[in-house]
Amino acid sequence: MSGYFKEIITGLKSLAIGLQITNKEFFTKPITLQYPHESVKMTPRYRGHIELVKDPQTGTHRCIACGMCEKGCPTGCITVQAEKREGVKGKVLTAYILNFTTCSLCGQCVENCKPEAINFSNEYNLASTRREDYIFNLLQKLHPEGVPEPEIDPELLKKEREKKEAAKKEPAKKAAAKEGGESKAEEKS
Amino acid sequence: MSSLAQSQLRETFELNIGPQHPATHGVLRIKVVMDGEYIVRAEPILGYIHRMHEKMGENRTWNQFWPNMGRLDYLSAIAYNHCYACLVERAMGIEVPERAEYIRVITAELNRIQSHLLGFGAYIMDLGGFTPLMYAMDEREQILDLLESVTGSRLTYCYFRFGGVYNDIDDDFITGTRAFIKRFRPQIPMYHKLVTGNVILMDRLNGVGPISADLCRKYGATGPVLRGSGVNFDVRRNEPYGVYPELDFDIPVYHECDSMARYMVRMDEMVQSCRIIENALNKLPEGPVMAEKVPKALKPPKGDFHFAVEAARGTFSMRTVSDGTNTSYRMRLRSPTYSNVSLFEEASRGMLLSDALAFLGSLDPVIPEMDR
Ligand code: SF4
Ligand code: SF4
Repeated sequence: MSGYFKEIITGLKSLAIGLQITNKEFFTKPITLQYPHESVKMTPRYRGHIELVKDPQTGTHRCIACGMCEKGCPTGCITVQAEKREGVKGKVLTAYILNFTTCSLCGQCVENCKPEAINFSNEYNLASTRREDYIFNLLQKLHPEGVPEPEIDPELLKKEREKKEAAKKEPAKKAAAKEGGESKAEEKS
Repeated sequence: MSSLAQSQLRETFELNIGPQHPATHGVLRIKVVMDGEYIVRAEPILGYIHRMHEKMGENRTWNQFWPNMGRLDYLSAIAYNHCYACLVERAMGIEVPERAEYIRVITAELNRIQSHLLGFGAYIMDLGGFTPLMYAMDEREQILDLLESVTGSRLTYCYFRFGGVYNDIDDDFITGTRAFIKRFRPQIPMYHKLVTGNVILMDRLNGVGPISADLCRKYGATGPVLRGSGVNFDVRRNEPYGVYPELDFDIPVYHECDSMARYMVRMDEMVQSCRIIENALNKLPEGPVMAEKVPKALKPPKGDFHFAVEAARGTFSMRTVSDGTNTSYRMRLRSPTYSNVSLFEEASRGMLLSDALAFLGSLDPVIPEMDR
């Protein structure tokens, strides 16, 4: 019988101690943030989706379209589209498609990129009900007002034109010369 | 409890717990044969969230397998990062700079506290107490913020790299971590006052779900489950890796073998993790955080490699057979919860159903890691 009362007393005591702690919380400041009205400040290292970095010198991205990010991505969510333009060294990026639905934010692409052309953004307000909203063209995101045309190097343009002329003059070697020229341009990039 | 099938013959009935049940922490299904309130047989049925991580390890390159490490045990992902990094470093013979080793330990221990906090909160919620979860979440939030500021993610970390870590920690992180520990230390006695001393909890946990050390050995249970059964085994001590040998900490062991013992091991481990972090912060050397000359295209030599770490739920180990190419020939992951939950069937025989749920919660299962 005494054990029974003892249990009740210890039980009540433990409840009283618990309630004491709980009651204290009435007087502390709540830590809840009212999300749409207030938002958390993201740390600079927060990994949002990747973005092309704007080079302050040139005012555009640094991507050379080497495709290393595409190759290293575990889920294959990057597609780099580029083309060769007359008078421009290397390849010109025409679209950088990121399928964010499959991105795992691992950072392989950022690490693989030699010219440091991509980085993680701080964007996290990405809720949407449509899947297509998560397929980003990062180039468009960087230049929403329109992608600037790459600068044409007149010397290179002249050289390339001359090469073409030379190739035209020798129709027999035409194919071979053109291929050679192209692979050289690729090597440079 | 989703379905109830009555069988007239044996006067027992079958009951499905899960796969969508709040007390199973995920998509674990337990098929229970009940005799009244007592369990005759309980069979955990796994595989609802099987994602073939092992197979992925065999057809992705070594670097591409990194994100998978954050998605096994989503609560202690850094320990998994640690295991994979050390495994491949062992295979390749890569030396990791000292500072990186310390950062690894600091982040891994923060992650362990975070995992145990959620384990604690969710466990009490399983038992019917909602408030402690909120307290635990408050503390956990601080850790997530700290980890976010270095790793960039909040849950599925992909922070370690072969030969070091993705980026260095800064002074903000160090002061933040110290402040967190200062704030967190007095919280634990508060939890004990609020929760552990509570008579309802004591009645529900003391003596419930006894697991003997032999049973643990039989099923290969590790972590707090094993240490709650009086076996002093912790990979950090018994097969030390990283800089753990240089740090001082104790391994909490309880001999009661019941749910309360397992719960107490976790609570004490949080205190020890605080000690490890403080210790490591004091000893943190300067220097690089990445080894030099780690090749981009990794090709470990031919061979069979194995590495084990102590994750929050027990021993996590990886074994890989490399054939010298850029992918693994065979990847095997040994996850702690799988073994811990395996003993549920034997240990829960004859238990009351409500006790069985208290017992299951004390095993602290994380299903994605169990199914892999
Ligand atoms: S690795 Fe960098 S430079 Fe190369 S394609 Fe990708 S973003 Fe462009
Ligand atoms: S973060 Fe990882 S998954 Fe995402 S695009 Fe980069 S490489 Fe691919």
